[in-house]
Amino acid sequence: MKATPLSNCERRFLLRAIEERKRLDGRQCYDYRNVRISFGADRGCCIVELGKTRVLAQVSCELVPPKPNRPTEGILFFNLELSPMAAPGFEPGRQPELLVKLNRLIERCLRNSKCIDTESLCVVAGEKVWQIRLDLHLLNHDGNIIDAASIAGIVALCHFRRPDVSVQGEEVTVYTPEERDPVPLSIHHMPICVSFAFFQQGTYLLVDPSEREERVMDGLLVIAMNKHREICTIQSSGGIMLVKDQVLRCSKITAVKVAEITELIQKALENDQKVRKEGGKFGFAESIPNQKITAFKMESAAVDTNNVEEQAEEIITNADPPSEVFAKPILHTAGTAQIGEGIENSWGDLEESEREEAAEEEGESEVTVFECQKMETEDTSTVRETKKDEPIVLSDSEEEEVVILEPEELPKKTRTQTNSKQENTSKKAFPKRRKKKRAAH
Amino acid sequence: VTKCGLLRHRQAGGGAAAGGAYWVDSQQKRYVPVGGDHVIGIVTATAGGAFKVDVGGSEQASLSYLAFEGATKRNRPNVQVGDLIYGQFLVANKDMEPEMVCIDSSGRSSGMGIIGQDGFLFKVSLGLIRKLLAPKCEIIQELSQLYPFELVLGMNGRIWVKAKTVQQTLIIVNILEACEHMSAEQRRQALAKLSGN
Repeated sequence: MKATPLSNCERRFLLRAIEERKRLDGRQCYDYRNVRISFGADRGCCIVELGKTRVLAQVSCELVPPKPNRPTEGILFFNLELSPMAAPGFEPGRQPELLVKLNRLIERCLRNSKCIDTESLCVVAGEKVWQIRLDLHLLNHDGNIIDAASIAGIVALCHFRRPDVSVQGEEVTVYTPEERDPVPLSIHHMPICVSFAFFQQGTYLLVDPSEREERVMDGLLVIAMNKHREICTIQSSGGIMLVKDQVLRCSKITAVKVAEITELIQKALENDQKVRKEGGKFGFAESIPNQKITAFKMESAAVDTNNVEEQAEEIITNADPPSEVFAKPILHTAGTAQIGEGIENSWGDLEESEREEAAEEEGESEVTVFECQKMETEDTSTVRETKKDEPIVLSDSEEEEVVILEPEELPKKTRTQTNSKQENTSKKAFPKRRKKKRAAH
Repeated sequence: VTKCGLLRHRQAGGGAAAGGAYWVDSQQKRYVPVGGDHVIGIVTATAGGAFKVDVGGSEQASLSYLAFEGATKRNRPNVQVGDLIYGQFLVANKDMEPEMVCIDSSGRSSGMGIIGQDGFLFKVSLGLIRKLLAPKCEIIQELSQLYPFELVLGMNGRIWVKAKTVQQTLIIVNILEACEHMSAEQRRQALAKLSGN
């Protein structure tokens, strides 16, 4: 199928909105979308959702002879596939340019950074080594494939366990998972890619571009960094001229983002580990909510409704929606029932369980899903303590220090101050929304 | 093709329809061109006397240069690639590519034609469009209390909105997209918050 063309009107509107620093989904310029990590029942299988962009990662291993010029190192193999279900424009065999670019980026990010210790994958030097294969599948394309793919890749690698091996003289014994617990891979650090989209010849910058924004961007800068602030890969495409200051600033923003995402990944991995140990249920059946065919689901998003005329600022949330809720099932005639009941809408029950969750950090819940919401990781009570001096964290905003490209100090300050006012005035909205967000998943 | 949905019924109206009607109100996002539907299309090519217009179906529709009000062989409509067009299908069946016109049977445009340059286009499900097009739709009435705006609804799931500022346009876009999932009560609350500031 051909991809839907972008009309002039959309392009113009998006560029105008970016000039006014407005994004379609109400994010700020440096905000990431919600990152959600869920694990499958197999070791090494995970799905990462960055907003609506979804990537599935699966790691597998095999014993093979090593490469002749590297007899003591294991083999790593990375593969990213753009599934036709991701976007109408993707067809098997088409999209070679984008595919090659993404694959190369993933390879450079994960292989060249030496995040995995390949020497530890050697079993018998020159004869048998482990080949670790990482398969990434893009399930839905809503912009910023590379970030989602890099997160999925590193999470799957950290989650994976390979069979234990012992070598006694000439004999090599590979233990099954029943005999001995599988062993994790030896991973030194976690490189994560962060994408920056540039507009109007580098004047405006957006972090984590969505699909619409990607279509109108001039250029893209991808920086892969780990939490120790080491840059693993940096790539600029689109042919825009970047000033040295811009690149430095981007790398500072990257450091902040990577720290947050790494923390989220650690928590998700720990949680999954805990659930597995306790013998609870794990896997996609638990973590991905039951979606009925006619159920539409949308996340709540903060839409900034600055009424320009009145100069009053307010935050509004589009309600976190269950699908069409009918009071009771309706039978039209014998044999004809009404289809289309949405997900159960028991806000009351879920709110209580959420409070417990927040307090005990998922002690009760068996769901191994995490959302990268700064508000949500804190207790509900601590949210209200935001000081006026700190740059404000709207629930989608994740950074403590906002680093902006252009030295416009004044607008930024007014924004944070007024935002803090609205934070104080519309407190009712926040807890409600947060809980709704949790409930929807 | 089988579809699932609510079974609806309309009584025999006074003089309007001949007898009542039953139909299945199904819900989907993918549009299939049907003759007589008014849709919003994006011009993708100008080729040999007709424009090629993407309407979201499997084939692109063709729109002749002369199918505009006041168009003659010498007086061509000013349409560029990437413009938005609001027109209706003359012919749309599964055997051939659909044909669109921006003119009705009496030669007048009656609101069809090129859609203005500003504003924003976005996509929703077909069920929401039908709900919005129903006479006396509550959503539209409630929204119009907020800010003045222009709205074009295409049966192919595309909506074009234009309000005075980018901010207001974004608000309307987000509300319309969320209307699919909100109940009437939630929508009223959201709108009350918006207008109450």
